[in-house]
Amino acid sequence: MSARQATGERPKHSPLAESLFKGISFSAAVFVLATLGAIIAMLVIGAWPALKKFGFFGFLTSAEWNPVTENFGALTAIYGTLVTSAIAILIGLPVSFGIALFITELCPVWLKRPVSTAIELLAAIPSIIYGMWGLFIFAPFFSEHIQPWMTDTLGQLPIIGALFDGPPMGIGVFTAGFILAIMIIPFISSVMRDVFETVPRELRESAYGLGCTTWEVMWKVVLPVTRAGVVGAIMLGLGRALGETMAVTFVIGNSHDLNIGLFWPGNSIASTIANEFTEADGEIYTASLIALGLVLFLITFIVLTLARLMLVRMAKSYGGRS
Amino acid sequence: MNLYARRKFINAFNLTASVLTTFFGLFFLVWILWELFAKGFAGLDWSLFVEDTPGPGSEGGGLRNAIVGSLLITLTGIFIGAPIGILSGIYLSEYGRGTWLAATVRFVSDILLSAPSIVIGVFVYGIMVAPLGGFSGLSGAVALAIIALPVILRTTEDMMLLVPDTMREAAAALGAPRWKVILSVVLRAARNGVLTGVLLAVARIAGETAPLLFTALNNQFFSLDMTKPMANLPVTIFNFAMGPYENWHDLAWAGSLLITLVVLGLNIVTRAFLRGKKH
Repeated sequence: MSARQATGERPKHSPLAESLFKGISFSAAVFVLATLGAIIAMLVIGAWPALKKFGFFGFLTSAEWNPVTENFGALTAIYGTLVTSAIAILIGLPVSFGIALFITELCPVWLKRPVSTAIELLAAIPSIIYGMWGLFIFAPFFSEHIQPWMTDTLGQLPIIGALFDGPPMGIGVFTAGFILAIMIIPFISSVMRDVFETVPRELRESAYGLGCTTWEVMWKVVLPVTRAGVVGAIMLGLGRALGETMAVTFVIGNSHDLNIGLFWPGNSIASTIANEFTEADGEIYTASLIALGLVLFLITFIVLTLARLMLVRMAKSYGGRS
Repeated sequence: MNLYARRKFINAFNLTASVLTTFFGLFFLVWILWELFAKGFAGLDWSLFVEDTPGPGSEGGGLRNAIVGSLLITLTGIFIGAPIGILSGIYLSEYGRGTWLAATVRFVSDILLSAPSIVIGVFVYGIMVAPLGGFSGLSGAVALAIIALPVILRTTEDMMLLVPDTMREAAAALGAPRWKVILSVVLRAARNGVLTGVLLAVARIAGETAPLLFTALNNQFFSLDMTKPMANLPVTIFNFAMGPYENWHDLAWAGSLLITLVVLGLNIVTRAFLRGKKH
């Protein structure tokens, strides 16, 4: 550099290197977009034979799944996916809210980091570990200690009693939903914690100053202000639950029968694909499984898009991180 | 009960519930890890690393082929995913700031980040396994690369944005062209953060099972050939756990413990680093 300066020579600019580097990083960014496009295109093309044979709505509304007669419908799998995710949200949401409340309002400062980290580690455990634990540890425990009790009490109630019906095997739709709940708690609670922390201190303090209890500050001030972010957090958790494969495959029982009772074995879209894809022979069978994948991708795509939009709205109104 | 007592009661009740839910979450973390260590340690011995996976009904055995296969597939996946992820992250933070393209890429990357991994497996089956006529370790690596990509992209962008613009301006004022400013000033300053993103991606894909089920498949024997079906830990654990043999279950637990130790270890290290960076 100093030699150049001494002779008055300017450092060489290379327009080629500049446009080359910009071009490469630009193509990498476009590659990300192309990947999503390619995924959708591949799923549609792969699913086409099945969709042509059964019709899109015919495929969605048929509960038939028979590889021998090559008659396939997605209803059982869609039902299982939605029901397990609903159970996961019903159990996971209040727990996540409680954890986020504990961390933002109640927890002593020195305990904040260890508790948050521990809860977030739940998200880091690979899903196959949840599957192992669910199948070998939780399912036997559940069938022996909790399931009989639930059938005897909740199962006797009118109307909703039918939900708690089924063989006491420990595996089934309810177990899958329960394990999903544990898996999505860290996702929902950490996003909730983040959005709760974006609420300006003045807002809380003025509520406390008016004599509100901690719960009233949380329920009547913080929660209404962060509503968009909280809905985004729930959607994010729902997106996780819908697409989760291994943990569900281990414990759901993999049956193609449609049952109202939550203790009966069932299946989900992801578990059906995981179990049957490599064994599928024949064009229609494979195409039907790919069509299931397409349905799953569309559902999660919509849910995740809503989640992002909510979190962006939240970030815009309060300048917090999404 | 008067209004005042009622409010106090509701407050106390709900706050107690909040503490209990936290214990509920922690309880399951402890329960899962406890069982994992208790069952996994029993199978953790030297033969795990030197013997291959046992066939149906045979005694003993280890996980050597699955461990080596997992390492190969994961590392190849990272080598494919990291350059694309880092470069696209650079585009978002440097060239594309404020453009609609960057906003779209960021949005799509967030969708890919939470997309069901089994669908990624189906996708790679459709573009690689079916046309090329067979399951292969390489297609497994490609599936993992697609999962690693958004993780690396997001962290790279975040870390590059943490570098103050004054540094870019100072370098530009000295006459450095844009690409040089990015590569030797911004990327260098953000280097540790970017590496953290890569490690986080390793942690994310090391335990992924669903995308490998019908790409890498599995292999009972030791193989280093990436164009053939390849043994890997997650699918081996799945097959062994579902199988009827006691030694298969023991090996599945030992494999689970190995994966969890690696994944949680990487997570704790990267978290500690990222936390120091952000606050």
